[in-house]
Amino acid sequence: MLIIECPFCGSRDEREFDYGGLAKPPRGRIAEVASDREWLDYLLIAEEQGEIAEEYWWHVRGCGEWIKIRRNTLTHDIESPEGASRS
Amino acid sequence: MSGSRLPTGGKIDRDRTLAFQYNGQTHSGFAGDTLASALLGSGLRLATRSYKYHRPRGIVSSGIEEPSCHVHLTGDNASGSEPATRVELTDGLTARSVRGWPSASLDLAACLQLAAPLMPAAFYYKTFQWPNWQLFEPTIRKLAGLAPAPVEARQLDDLKARNWHCDVLIVGAGPAGLAAAQVVAEAGLDVLVVDQETEFGGSLLSSSQRIGGVAGHVWAKGVTDMLAAARNVRLLHRTVAWACREHNLIMLAEHPVPGCRVQQRVWRVRARTTILAAGSHERPIVFANNDRPGIMLASAVRDYAVRYAVAAGRQIVFFTNNDSVYHCARELQEIGMKVAGIVDVRWAVSHDVLTQARGTTVHLAHEVFDTRGRRGLAGVRIRPVTGGRSTRISCDVLGLSGGWNPAIQLWSQCRLPVRYSDSLATLVPDGKAADMLAVGGCNGAMQLQEAIQEGISAGAEIARRFGLSLKQMDPPVCDSRRFTIQPYWHSRNPSKADKAFVDLLHDVTLRDIHLAISEGFSEIEHVKRYTTAGMALDQGRTGNLNVAGAVATRLGKDIAKVGTTTFRPPTVPVHFAGLGQFGGLGQLPYRTTPVAPWHISQNAVMYEAGARWRRPGYYPRNGESMHECVCREANAVRNGLGIYDGGPLGTFDLNGRDTAGFLDLVYTNVFSTLEDYRGRYGLMLGDDGLILDDGVSFRLGRDRFLMSTSTANAQTVQRHLERLLAVDYPSLDVKIVEVTSMWMNATICGPFAREALEEIGTDIDLSNNAFPFMAIRFGRVAGIEARVARVSFTGELSYEINVRSRHLAKLWNHVIESCRRFDITPVGSETNHVLRVEKGFMSLGHEVDGTVDAHDLGMGWIMSSKKQDYIGKRAVMIRRQSPRPRRQLVGLLTKDPEAVDIEGAPLVDSPVDERSRGFVTASVWSVVHNRSVALGLLEDGRRRIGGSVLVRECSNPIEASVTQPCFYDPDGSRLRS
Repeated sequence: MLIIECPFCGSRDEREFDYGGLAKPPRGRIAEVASDREWLDYLLIAEEQGEIAEEYWWHVRGCGEWIKIRRNTLTHDIESPEGASRS
Repeated sequence: MSGSRLPTGGKIDRDRTLAFQYNGQTHSGFAGDTLASALLGSGLRLATRSYKYHRPRGIVSSGIEEPSCHVHLTGDNASGSEPATRVELTDGLTARSVRGWPSASLDLAACLQLAAPLMPAAFYYKTFQWPNWQLFEPTIRKLAGLAPAPVEARQLDDLKARNWHCDVLIVGAGPAGLAAAQVVAEAGLDVLVVDQETEFGGSLLSSSQRIGGVAGHVWAKGVTDMLAAARNVRLLHRTVAWACREHNLIMLAEHPVPGCRVQQRVWRVRARTTILAAGSHERPIVFANNDRPGIMLASAVRDYAVRYAVAAGRQIVFFTNNDSVYHCARELQEIGMKVAGIVDVRWAVSHDVLTQARGTTVHLAHEVFDTRGRRGLAGVRIRPVTGGRSTRISCDVLGLSGGWNPAIQLWSQCRLPVRYSDSLATLVPDGKAADMLAVGGCNGAMQLQEAIQEGISAGAEIARRFGLSLKQMDPPVCDSRRFTIQPYWHSRNPSKADKAFVDLLHDVTLRDIHLAISEGFSEIEHVKRYTTAGMALDQGRTGNLNVAGAVATRLGKDIAKVGTTTFRPPTVPVHFAGLGQFGGLGQLPYRTTPVAPWHISQNAVMYEAGARWRRPGYYPRNGESMHECVCREANAVRNGLGIYDGGPLGTFDLNGRDTAGFLDLVYTNVFSTLEDYRGRYGLMLGDDGLILDDGVSFRLGRDRFLMSTSTANAQTVQRHLERLLAVDYPSLDVKIVEVTSMWMNATICGPFAREALEEIGTDIDLSNNAFPFMAIRFGRVAGIEARVARVSFTGELSYEINVRSRHLAKLWNHVIESCRRFDITPVGSETNHVLRVEKGFMSLGHEVDGTVDAHDLGMGWIMSSKKQDYIGKRAVMIRRQSPRPRRQLVGLLTKDPEAVDIEGAPLVDSPVDERSRGFVTASVWSVVHNRSVALGLLEDGRRRIGGSVLVRECSNPIEASVTQPCFYDPDGSRLRS
């Protein structure tokens, strides 16, 4: 069980969050301009991130914010939490 | 004195005799006993049977590491397998050995021993593969004798859970743990100290070593009293730390004091730092027939004598490769027990160690290589380690000490590094971690002085990390005891016919290890899985290193290079129900609408409708069957007036400059062109092109929409929308508020709905021109502020009257009262399902699974071609490039109108056709047609309309004709009326 630092609520237990998958570039207009292959890669291929995984979590049982964290997958150390949000 | 109880001594209360039952026999013990010590005290040696071969077994250890005698408790304390050494004796306790039927002493399955040579490692996997393992499993499981699950449901009150936060958690209250606790407690930190025993002190409780001029247990008592008095310290007895998870979450299992109503309390402890002071476990030595009752760990022989005043036997022999048994021998002599001999594999032992065991015959450079005795140990055979003539020694107890294994279970669970120490011949923690420090025995400190010093240093280091200053603390002076060891894993060449056990609890022998290696499983992790050594409930606390030693010896490899397996949680058996107390789905409360009491008063059968909502399924009257009831309710909606509680539908209020554009992005169809106070049905996809949800959204103003989702999917939709706004389109100005529970509704539906609403009383103009289908109007209904929406899930004229939740009960009662003349009928979700299928409306989970898209459902019109982009557009386009035939939504009418298809039944082309062409997605009895109707997904279904297909149900297929997927009012004139 991780402790995740929410930029609004502080250190909170993992059970307050939903995992949102590995981070990837914002969808933006990619779907309009990419080739079929590029679009499928964007949807389906997860970039090998090595030891540090950048991932999204949703603070669903808290403030409702989506946040992005950098997590060391070996030690679970979490660096630089940031709101993924509209600022 | 009964059995083997010594006349004096021990920490038991001889004034309180406790009677208990074991395997149907009545025994007695004293307050302060464990089940194990009471059994030994009453002279019972053959306490259980072994797992695979049903060999007689006794009690081996005195603690949590017990690798032999596991019991299950019945009666009030019913539980699964627990080591007998951990069960605190209480009056009236009833226990059974986990194995041995009808009893451990007369075990009918013991005849399996005759077949033992035929049962090598992985025997079951190899033998019972054909035709199917499941065929054999139940019998084998019964024979293996895993403890049965308790029959009676447990009172949930008996199991508790608690969350705890502290600065320092100290696991183990032996000398090192207590010393550390003293330091951090004095520094003012918030401390939790846990220990598995009923009393703090660890190894000091049965040792005669002195600390600071007083007996060790007196020192421990002094420190414990001081800690107990401190306000920043909490002490937990009878508590095991069984898991260490991410970010230093430590799970504890506490067994409260006997007689307490709570049987187990599970703690989730978030400690800033953990000090692991869990001590170490002695390990046995492997030789032929090393499992007879009476063969124990040397320290256990001493523990039973000193703590419980129980003599494990009359003639005690020790077999060792290290110094610790000599101190044991002395401690036994001090309380008047004699040791008949010590067999030591080493050539030389230092003088001061030898003098500890003065008066005992010591056989240096000898090994025990076999034992005899039928139902218990009667003697051992020893020989020089270099070979030569063997001799026999009669004895009824053999105390083994092959060295000490630090209790690194939690350390290992955290994936922290361990290394093999040559001087201790064991695995010790390597270094320290940011939030876990190992001290004392579990860090390989064999000297008392060293253990206490480590505890003090660790405490001081933690205090420094917290920025606290400490006054210098001098460690108390302790008795010192020399410790040297010579690695020795098993006797030379155990004879092939005899069994030399490396894992007692799983009956794994040295030969099994050798077999695994010769079959190519030579990595230690493979050896573990292939032989199951170390995978029993004791997690190989005593045996694992001997397995590694045997592998190293066989391969001629350095044991340091053999490596080790990772320990896994839980380190001790934990009640599942105890874990359940922390919540999870089973603990989430149900959600109901404010009129649930009314539904129940009308005899509603309540269903779970997703997202923990409970709502009426149907309302049977006067002994109606479910079928009769649903038909009556459906007829009421088609021909009269029904009322439906539609509150649980997910509802979201979306507001902001970019809301209309955002809806164009998330729905496949266009919403930005919608007029104010009009609604539109929308289909929402994921970017994988699969259908995520559907529902109607109304426009309440230029920048404001009211979105509804299916009941079960509300949170999924919210997550999807919030994520798009936060991650992918952060510049959009849209705010989402869930209003599901703020507004609730009474939905009246049926041909009389308009007249009924007029009767109920409203200031809204209900004429079809002023208030058309798919519009929403704000006004008052029955004097209550309301939002009335014209949507329809039934195909009939419907008004969804939304009011603030607190007004719903009032509105509902008013509607029921004022519509009596329409014979208003409450309808549940079963009826809704029937009406929906008649109308051919698709629903998530029936027609929509992870494969279909809108085109398959005949809803290609909803996939806007005007929009450049929307979520899922691209994926659907790419998927539809594939030439593979698609399954399409069709109606199915069985040739026999009485035959009702089973939902989920496969559709096939011929009775012998093995390949399914689709399946029945929904099937109901239609009240309109008075026959069965069904919807299904069928390969190239639209092309096959007018043809027929077979519905395969068990053995006899039913013929059905393929039709348009709508059986009622196809042009929708009724719902627009």
